[in-house]
Amino acid sequence: MAPGAIQHMNRRPLTTLAALCSFTLSAPAYAAGGEGTAVSPWVSLAYLVAGVFFILALRGLSSPETSRDGNRFGMIGMGIAVITTLVTHDLANIVEIIAAIAIGGVAGFVIARRIKMTDMPQLVAAFHSLVGLAAVLVALAAWLNPGAFGILDANAQILTVSRVELGLGVAIGAITFSGSVIAFLKLNGNMSGAPIMLPGRHVINLGVLAGILGLIAVFTVSPEGGAGQGWLFLIITILAFIIGFLLIIPIGGADMPVVVSMLNSYSGWAAAAMGFTLSNTAMIITGALVGSSGAILSYIMCKAMNRSFISVIAGGFGADTGGGGAGAVKIDRPWKRGSAEDAAYMMKQAESVIIVPGYGMAVAQAQHALREMGDLLKKEGVSVKYAIHPVAGRMPGHMNVLLAEANVPYDEVFELEDINSEFAQTDVAFIIGANDVVNPAAKTDKSSPIYGMPVFDVDKAKTVFFIKRSMGGVGYAGVDNDVFYMDQTMMLLADAKKMVEDINKNLGH
Amino acid sequence: MDFISILSIFVMACFVGYYVVWSVTPALHTPLMAVTNAISSVIIVGALIGSATADSPVAKYLGLIAVVFASVNIFGGFAVTERMLAMYKKKERK
Repeated sequence: MAPGAIQHMNRRPLTTLAALCSFTLSAPAYAAGGEGTAVSPWVSLAYLVAGVFFILALRGLSSPETSRDGNRFGMIGMGIAVITTLVTHDLANIVEIIAAIAIGGVAGFVIARRIKMTDMPQLVAAFHSLVGLAAVLVALAAWLNPGAFGILDANAQILTVSRVELGLGVAIGAITFSGSVIAFLKLNGNMSGAPIMLPGRHVINLGVLAGILGLIAVFTVSPEGGAGQGWLFLIITILAFIIGFLLIIPIGGADMPVVVSMLNSYSGWAAAAMGFTLSNTAMIITGALVGSSGAILSYIMCKAMNRSFISVIAGGFGADTGGGGAGAVKIDRPWKRGSAEDAAYMMKQAESVIIVPGYGMAVAQAQHALREMGDLLKKEGVSVKYAIHPVAGRMPGHMNVLLAEANVPYDEVFELEDINSEFAQTDVAFIIGANDVVNPAAKTDKSSPIYGMPVFDVDKAKTVFFIKRSMGGVGYAGVDNDVFYMDQTMMLLADAKKMVEDINKNLGH
Repeated sequence: MDFISILSIFVMACFVGYYVVWSVTPALHTPLMAVTNAISSVIIVGALIGSATADSPVAKYLGLIAVVFASVNIFGGFAVTERMLAMYKKKERK
C-alpha cells in the first residue's frame, strides 16, 4: 500500500469548530472505512466527544456529590476513544489486541482492588511510569511504521513537524517513565528518601537536557533513511531515560508530593505530544488537561511548603524521616506529659475539638481509632472537626482519602484556610502525627527553614494535645517546635494508634 | 488537520484544564490524580494504531506492549478512583 494514500487519514481539513458544525450527514466524500480510506468526520467528531467527556470527568470532581458521575464520564470517554480507534482500523490483529487489553485490564483491576489507601502515592507513581513507557513505545512504533500513523509526506518521508513531535514525545515519555520509577522506589521505601547529590549535578542535568534538544533538532533536519537516524532516535530515548533518573534522585522525601504532581503533569504532556503526531483531538485535549492539572497541583504543593518550584527541582531538601542522629534537638526546656485519661477527660469537657492529623497518623494506621474517638466525643455533645494541611500526606489530598476510608464524613474535614481562624475559639487542638505544619516558627522565626510556610495556629487553642512517639524526634524540616513547651500543651508520648485506643477506652466509661 | 488547528485545540484545552482543575475541591486531589492518570492513558489510541497494522512486526509488538500498559492504567486508574470516591460520605443527619 502506498504510503501516500495512507497519509490522508487523520489529515482531513477538520479545521475549526465552525467547520465541524457545518458537516452534514450526507458528506459522501468521507466514507468511513479501514486503513487507507479517508477518515470520516464522524471519527474526528467521536474523538472530540471523548475529549469533552474527559473535561466533564474533571469537572465532576468539584464536589464529592458529583465526583462519581465524573468518573463515569471519564470511562465513557475512554470507551468512545478505544472503540472509535478499533472500528476505523484494520482488525487484522484484533485477537491479539483484545488479549492485550484483557491482560492489562485484569492486572490493573486487581491492583486497584487490592491497593492500600496509604500506598496510593506509590500506585500513582507506578501508573505514571506506565503512561510514560506507553508513550515511548507508541513513539517508537510510529517511527518504525509512519505510514500507519499517517505522518508521511509526498516523498514518503516523515513530516518535519511530526519528527519534532515524535522527538519531544519520546523524550517526555522516557523522562516520565524513569522519573516515576525512582519516585515509586522512594515512596515505596525500596530506596532511601534521602536526596542523592551528585557533584556538579546541575551542570550534568543541563548538559544532558541540551543534548536531548540538540539531538531532536538534528533528528528533525536529518535526511530520512540510513542507520544514523535510527541511532539518533534511540540515543534521544536513552538520554531522556537518564535525565528522568538524574532529576528525581536528588529530591528528598519531604518534596515527594511535588514530584508526584510534576510527573503527573509530564505524563499529560507526553500524551499530548503523541496526540499532535496522530492529530487526535481526544489525546490532545486529555494531554492538556492532565498537563495543567499536574502543574497546578505542583504549584499548590510548593505554595503549601513555601518552596519555589526551582528549589524543589534543584533538590536536596528533607534528608529523611525523623532527622535523627546529630540533627536531633536538645530538650532543655520544661514540657508537660499528659496521659490518655487526661486527654479523655479534657476533651469530654470541651465544647469543640479540632483534630490535626499528619502523615504519622497514617503510618501508625490510627485513622480508624481516631474516627472512633471522634464518634465518642460527638456522643458527648462535643463539636469535632478535622483540619488538613495541603502537605499532610505523601501526595495532594492523601489525608482526605485516608480519613474518608475511616468513614470520617467529608463535611467534618476542613482545609487550612477555612479552619485556621477557628483555633482561637477552640477548646482542644488534638495533633496526631503532624509536626512542621503546626510549628509557629514558620510565622515568627525568619531563620527557620520552614519560615513562611502556612501553618495551623494551634498555639491559639485553649489546650493542645500533641501525640508523638518521643520528645527527641523532629519533623521533616528538622526544627524544634515551640508548641511542645507551651503552658497549655500536654505531650502524649506513645504510638499514635495505641494512644488513641487508650483515650477511647477512657472515653467509653 | 493542519498543525495550527491542532495547536489551537491544544492551547484552548490548556485553558479549560486550568479553570476546571482550580475548581476541583482540595479534598479530591488524590482522586483527581488517579483519574487524570487514567484518562492520560488515552494514549492507548496510538498503541492500538501501532498494533493494528501488519506492515511492521516490530511496530506491532511495541504497540501491543503499549496496549497492555495503557490498559493496566485505564482499568486500574478508573477502578481505584471509583473505590476512593465511594468512601467520601456526608455526615448522617439524625
